[in-house]
Amino acid sequence: MIRNSDQIQAIEKSYNHALQRGKAQILVCAGTGCMASGSPAVYDGLMAELKKRDLHTTIDCLLEDEHADSGVTVVNSGCHGFCEKGPLVRIEPEGILYTKVQVEDVVEIVDAVVAETVVERLLYHDPRTNEAFAKEHDIPFYKYQTRVALCNCGEIDPEDIRAYMAHDQGYQGIANALAMSPEQVNEQILSANLRGRGGGGFPAGRKWSIAAAQKADQKYIICNGDEGDPGAFMDRSIMEGDPHSVLEGMMIAGYAIGASKGYIYVRAEYPLAVQRLKNAISQAQAAGLLGDNILGSGFSFQIQVKEGAGAFVCGEESALIASIEGQRGMPRPKPPFPAVAGLWGKPTIINNVETLANVSRIMTKGVDWFTSIGTPSSPGTKTFALTGEVENTGLIEVPMGRTIEEVVFKIGGGIRGGRKFKAVQIGGPSGGCLTEDQLDITLDFDSLQQVGAMIGSGGLVVMDENTCVVEVARFFMNFIQNESCGKCTFCREGTLQMLNILQRIVDGKGTLEDLDLLVEVGEMVQIGSLCGLGKTAPNPVLSTLENFRDEYVAHIKDKRCPAGVCEALKRFVIVADKCKGCSRCAKTCPVGAISGEVRSPYVIDVEKCIKCGACVEVCKFMAIEEVS
Amino acid sequence: MSWLMVNGQSVVLNGEKSVLDVVRKAGIDLPTLCYHPELTIHGACRLCMVEIEGRGIVAACHTPPEAGMVISTNSAVLRRLRKMALELLLSRHDRECTSCSRSGHCSLQDLSYRFGITDLRFKQEHDKQLPIDRSSIILRDPNKCILCGECVRICGEIQGIGVYDFVHRGAKMVVDTAFGQHLAETDCVHCGQCAAICPTGALVIKPQINEAWAALNDPTKTVIIQIAPAVRVSIGEEFNLPPGQSTMGQLISALRSMGASKVFDTSFAADITVLEETKEFFQRVESGENMPQFTSCCPAWVKYAEQSYPEYLSHLSSCRSPQQMLGSLVKKHYAKELGKKPEELFMISIMPCTAKKFEASREEFTTSGVPDVDLVITTQELAHMIKEAGIDFASLPTTPPDQPFGFVTGAGVIFGVTGGVSEAVLRLGYELITEQELEDVVFSEVRGYSGLRSCELTIKDRTLRLAVVNGLANAKTLLEDLKSGKAQYDLVEVMACPGGCIGGAGQPITNVNRQVRHERGAGLYLDDKAGPVQKSQQNPAVLEVYQKWLKEPGSAEAHEALHTTYRERDARCKITQPLPGKV
Repeated sequence: MIRNSDQIQAIEKSYNHALQRGKAQILVCAGTGCMASGSPAVYDGLMAELKKRDLHTTIDCLLEDEHADSGVTVVNSGCHGFCEKGPLVRIEPEGILYTKVQVEDVVEIVDAVVAETVVERLLYHDPRTNEAFAKEHDIPFYKYQTRVALCNCGEIDPEDIRAYMAHDQGYQGIANALAMSPEQVNEQILSANLRGRGGGGFPAGRKWSIAAAQKADQKYIICNGDEGDPGAFMDRSIMEGDPHSVLEGMMIAGYAIGASKGYIYVRAEYPLAVQRLKNAISQAQAAGLLGDNILGSGFSFQIQVKEGAGAFVCGEESALIASIEGQRGMPRPKPPFPAVAGLWGKPTIINNVETLANVSRIMTKGVDWFTSIGTPSSPGTKTFALTGEVENTGLIEVPMGRTIEEVVFKIGGGIRGGRKFKAVQIGGPSGGCLTEDQLDITLDFDSLQQVGAMIGSGGLVVMDENTCVVEVARFFMNFIQNESCGKCTFCREGTLQMLNILQRIVDGKGTLEDLDLLVEVGEMVQIGSLCGLGKTAPNPVLSTLENFRDEYVAHIKDKRCPAGVCEALKRFVIVADKCKGCSRCAKTCPVGAISGEVRSPYVIDVEKCIKCGACVEVCKFMAIEEVS
Repeated sequence: MSWLMVNGQSVVLNGEKSVLDVVRKAGIDLPTLCYHPELTIHGACRLCMVEIEGRGIVAACHTPPEAGMVISTNSAVLRRLRKMALELLLSRHDRECTSCSRSGHCSLQDLSYRFGITDLRFKQEHDKQLPIDRSSIILRDPNKCILCGECVRICGEIQGIGVYDFVHRGAKMVVDTAFGQHLAETDCVHCGQCAAICPTGALVIKPQINEAWAALNDPTKTVIIQIAPAVRVSIGEEFNLPPGQSTMGQLISALRSMGASKVFDTSFAADITVLEETKEFFQRVESGENMPQFTSCCPAWVKYAEQSYPEYLSHLSSCRSPQQMLGSLVKKHYAKELGKKPEELFMISIMPCTAKKFEASREEFTTSGVPDVDLVITTQELAHMIKEAGIDFASLPTTPPDQPFGFVTGAGVIFGVTGGVSEAVLRLGYELITEQELEDVVFSEVRGYSGLRSCELTIKDRTLRLAVVNGLANAKTLLEDLKSGKAQYDLVEVMACPGGCIGGAGQPITNVNRQVRHERGAGLYLDDKAGPVQKSQQNPAVLEVYQKWLKEPGSAEAHEALHTTYRERDARCKITQPLPGKV
């Protein structure tokens, strides 16, 4: 049982000392992405190989035997973020990163560890220059990042509470907080100007102050781990890779507002996160860091994991509360706000996973350190899920205020295959689409809001010239329509009508009047919807309409998809100059859409054509082309 | 004194809960489709949006008013917003208004007209028509549902049952029963409040007007009508008369002209109920068994007890409801007097209640295999028939009801309002206890409209603990208090509908307005006061019926004709035990 912060420091010291005495530590990524691409087999292979050579040791052996000074430890770590290149294996203390490691590579890796060399072929190679990078922090994907919320992800064994304490002073934050009054803790978070990482950017300290001021026999802290944005996995990675930082953040928040109970609301689709959180809770309980009279301060706090059923809208505070209460996940009218009357009618603070991870860091390293990162109005960092048509995709974290250009071209390595950048969709279904002209916009709450986008859930989808923005808008609207809870008129019916219009446009059946109607409905849905889901739902449509109106018009007037994506707008034509009039295509066409006179050019009846492409295959003269 | 501004006019705040209340107080009828003052705030229809300086556009229903607010309700964007909301609600709505039974009383129709929605820009995509549930006396047509959730809330919050909830997401969301069961297989007690509050035709009471006309037009049938107490003070509303104005005489004239051969007053049977139920009550008091006694006039309450509190069935008075008592007397005894077989008589009840339709179909209530009450039509349905027949209702002459079931007392008339049964029983109970004549017949202790009220009355050396409940959620609270020992009573009156039968779902749809209900109640109390006799025990026609057929209250003959038994319902709400004596 840990009773004071000195004991935490003692654990930190002995653990790090033990780690240094080992020859090396091999961290095998056990994030969901790497596990899916085969990291458990790599882990088992490494263990077996090391045992075979009698090189294997564990942190427990090293801790027990103070004279032990050799052996290699192997641990499963959380997500390193570079999931695309997984399974990832890192060799410490050198910080060598191996990519796409398979079980066959195990012997070579162990050889290299013993010989203190590197396996060149497993290193990351720049796709353009083919330059190899041995150290993780030299790889451009990592080089331009600043990891605060993710500082432990990929660095430690998330299933060992001692590793959390040993790396970056884990649980020192709560110890520091408990040495202050709750008001002082609140003051720290207020002066750090920590803004909610869940999307809205509302200052966490201000929210806490409201809840702290409420008189109630019970208050709650809820960690919002209902990450529902397609393509976003920042919160999942933190919960999987650094669960204790979430627990610590919740404890600090609980102390600041006077709550004794916390819930972590996680999607049931995140089984690994659920498992690691539950494991972390029981370890923290066993260590006396959760439960009654924490660190002898008189403060008591308990945490329970609540699995959600996978509704996007449950990321909205009041819907999330309804879901925990066993009701249908539907937003409730506000006021009252949860900070006044939330879960079971009691004052409740809901913070996002990343926000809480940041709370732990702020209370460990101080406000000045935190505000030295980022911009004055948006201090700190922000994690993003960088996806789409960039060379390097994955989970990243950058200081607030970096430009989109830096993220896309430095960290992301530019557009895949040297194609042209077209746009970036920020904030998922609630966010907006920004163009090449807007690449110099900085990533922080206020600058994005000014241009009709938002950090939202933190998804960054990069599109190249082969992406159809109308189809992207339709995709997000379809997502919203499927995920709308259906409660309020505008979100339920408005997004359906917007989807219907977008569907007509990509089907080549839209009209120019449709565009005006789309804007009108979109604006009304923004103003009139009950909750944030509906209020932001039109953003992708309205921002693409503003920036790429000509593409919408091309779909409508010319029945043409400039990016060549929309199936319904594809057409097959016979190039008269190339056609010899052999009639093979007409004989092959399953629907009799091709006709003509032998030895003169044939023609395709577009009305009859079912776009199967059979004619293209049989034409010997390459006379049939697909146009859009 | 604090105040705020609405469209440039200052309005004093007086404890209003929402900006909506304040704006309406200022005389501006902000439109709503999901707001009801007696239910929790839902905030879904988005029609009551207003603009508040410094806050932007918010829904008035869930914004608390604050002193100094500057509110505007008619800006260009708000008008666009409202029209768009209506256009969106109409985009997938079944718009066959002319053949909708709610036409003319539909809030969506009214608002579309009010906001001049003449051009629907959204194309009707080929949505599959959702099936209509016709299993129960409440018809559910999801194609007309606008998802305001009022049915969900009234069933859950007022009746404590919660038959409905929202299922599915996005545009696929519908209101449905658990696991999509037919309504007839659910815990629905047929109170019909969901249909009464429904702003559109998504929930309506199965119309039986044609069956009524068929009987009236059938020369082989002798049509006998009974009219429940609460009908007389509400039907006038359908003919532009004020709520609460008693129109019993006009009703009888109208029914006669439509072909009824006899018109009786259900209040007569209510008088009999008082005699039977009071007798039963004192028997229980003597024996000390199965106390408290619960009233059994309300068929929705009876079904609720059968399915949810079977352990209390022995506490329910064994008296049939007045409707079934009168039906039984007509089919069992009066038919003989007329020299007719039960099947030659066709009894139609005019009821404020939709659960009465269900009650009349119960297997207990038959004579020689013929239902005692053949058909129940609601106040609303009768108003329709009168309109269809082209009768100028308001100017009809008044006609007295027929004998032998025509003479009624004030005690029987106030059965139609919450607390009325208790008061009628007290008027007899007092005299039985004191053996003295009761001078002042008003028991104000049991009057009022709050959902759960109780009192202790000391009469001579005896103290009676009474509870009067309306709304089944309140009945649930009371039963739980009884179970836990938190409360003790001797007599409990339960009515499912807010305000009692005057607020029944068969009443004109203004029903959902509390003020209208209170005026109807006042009308019944006025009738009580104005009548020649105010105590059931003094009804000469009742005494004659006992003399002729029933001997005395509680006799074997009375039990045969006027009492019933109750059986528990299974999980699918079916009664599986056989009727006693019908093994």
